[in-house]
Amino acid sequence: MTPLGISYFTATSALGRGLDAHLQALLDERSGLHDAGFETSRLHTWTGEVIGLETPLPTAFFDWDCRNNRLAELGLLQDGFIDAVAAARTRHGADRIAVYVATSTAGVQQTELAYRAYRSDGGALPDWFNHRTTQNSFSVADYTRLRLGLAGPCAAVSTACSSSAKVFASAARAIAAGLCDAAVVGGVDSLCLTTLYGFNALQLISHDICRPADVDRNGLSLGEAAGFALIEPGIDTPLRLLGYGESNDAHHMSAPHPEGRGAHEAMQAALTRAGVEPSSVDYINLHGTGTPVNDLAEDKAVCALFGRDIPCSSTKGWSGHTLGAAGALEATLSLLCLRHGLLPRSLNTRKVDTRIEGNILLQTRRAPLQRVLSNSFGFGGTNCSLLFGTVH
Amino acid sequence: MIEAPIEIWVEAIGIAAPGLPDWPATRAILRGEAPYQPDDLPPYQPQLLRPNERRRATPAVRQAFRAAESACIASGRAPGEYAAVFTTSDADMSIIDRIGLALADSARIISPIDFHNSVHNAAAGYWSIAVDGRLPSTTLCAYDASFSAGLLEAAVMTVVDGFDSLLVAYDVPAPTLLQPKRAIFNAVSTALTLCRARPPRPCARLQLRRDHTPITTLQDPALENLRRSNPAARALPLLRLLALETSGVVAVEDAGGGSLRIEVSVQD
Repeated sequence: MTPLGISYFTATSALGRGLDAHLQALLDERSGLHDAGFETSRLHTWTGEVIGLETPLPTAFFDWDCRNNRLAELGLLQDGFIDAVAAARTRHGADRIAVYVATSTAGVQQTELAYRAYRSDGGALPDWFNHRTTQNSFSVADYTRLRLGLAGPCAAVSTACSSSAKVFASAARAIAAGLCDAAVVGGVDSLCLTTLYGFNALQLISHDICRPADVDRNGLSLGEAAGFALIEPGIDTPLRLLGYGESNDAHHMSAPHPEGRGAHEAMQAALTRAGVEPSSVDYINLHGTGTPVNDLAEDKAVCALFGRDIPCSSTKGWSGHTLGAAGALEATLSLLCLRHGLLPRSLNTRKVDTRIEGNILLQTRRAPLQRVLSNSFGFGGTNCSLLFGTVH
Repeated sequence: MIEAPIEIWVEAIGIAAPGLPDWPATRAILRGEAPYQPDDLPPYQPQLLRPNERRRATPAVRQAFRAAESACIASGRAPGEYAAVFTTSDADMSIIDRIGLALADSARIISPIDFHNSVHNAAAGYWSIAVDGRLPSTTLCAYDASFSAGLLEAAVMTVVDGFDSLLVAYDVPAPTLLQPKRAIFNAVSTALTLCRARPPRPCARLQLRRDHTPITTLQDPALENLRRSNPAARALPLLRLLALETSGVVAVEDAGGGSLRIEVSVQD
């Protein structure tokens, strides 16, 4: 595929608001996770919570007000992203800029609050609960489209934890097909009791802080994030999307293929689409959730395709697993690493599991990078790998 | 807006909706050769799922399989040969209902199976397991415009990525408590297999273009009710032209505002 320029990008997560906060957290090796609880959760676990989501949305978007859309708004406000999109709108026209925003949670916290109100008051769900603008998976894509004043092709991608990697693939396809000239892509997922208690029911949540690839890892820490990027093929910018690869494990609904079959196919497809060899990739931002089986399966796939020496790490020790936003958050972290020549270590990893044979970074390194691969895999056996690079 | 249309071939069709048990019966009704009675269909057991997954499959997954299996039988090709685009506004609202009630209780006990079935891409996951479908698949949501969003994505996946694709649109009834918030009362699924090159026995060639063509409605009041009642039934005006084997233009609502204009060409 033709490399696609990424003219602007931004991230908001437990690490802070905007790119500078994320870069600083990576350099300082400072995790955004805390164990002080979330909302009314009584689970003993760590979470990557975004601070400052108490402010309601502007009056014009009153119907859309919920934690997930507030997080989207906070994300859009960083790094001059809204102004950058407005300028792109002038260049291309509103109807020539696509909007693909991913989520897995959408505003389900609003639904939880509505059900609690129903349980205490009886009767019906409360009047203030608006399904279309909060609970429905399209709500955050629609909010983003309306907030940015765009009228190009639009959809929410919702494929669990690969969702917001796949928005890059949808955007690349739409641009290649001539459906649009540019695209806003993003992922927004917010903390809620559904995912906390749900992953807990599957025994995938750690009581400890998330320790990807560690011999003692025992599950994930949940986080929340908003990440956005503006893809503009015609713009002269050093950061590019070089390839995307998608696959299915076709194995199990909530466990990866033990040999990482689908992960291997997704990574290979990204390389093939970019027309590059595995040896040309400098660093892999792993999916690396910190559950025993996920990290092992991904490691098998990475080693089979790239060998054991390629530097890799998961950044989920920093941000927690941000689920439907993980692809977009980790894409922005990968772009930051490319821009600043940074290979972040696997935070919270003390001793690598001896069964994991890849080169898990235990020390952060600085080195010029040309190509970075970012992996995102999800329930249903869905896999997506993105290859980013710099063009000098 | 200036853009070249996206061209694809429709190879096969699947449908399951009240009064529309399969494509041959639907075709006759849409051609005006048989009367339409919107009676709910009997429950369906997906044929391609192994017993373990079949037991766990939710109503939305079953509804998606119903049309998807039917389209693949009609195409005569192995289902795993297709990339897949699943599109649904609300997937299984009954799961959200059960989880919402459970979380409002002091014990807060969620069923693990409910939780893994709660992902929007549950049907795509079950499908890939059932057909050993390892090619790319995605799952979209665009509220009432979910059908057109899915059709565009499947068309672009076919044209750009070079995979023939299976499009499956589906939505099932909201549980009682959510019905005032999301008025879906019936189960509908529609499926198309789409090809980049002319298949041996094509149904039609489609040219897709986003513009502001007024949305196409159906003259028959009962069928028009069905079209409006469920996001997956927004496919009906397109299916009507395919049933009539007539060239023409229909428009469906588009998620970005405006509409998706579909020009249908029937040759030979």
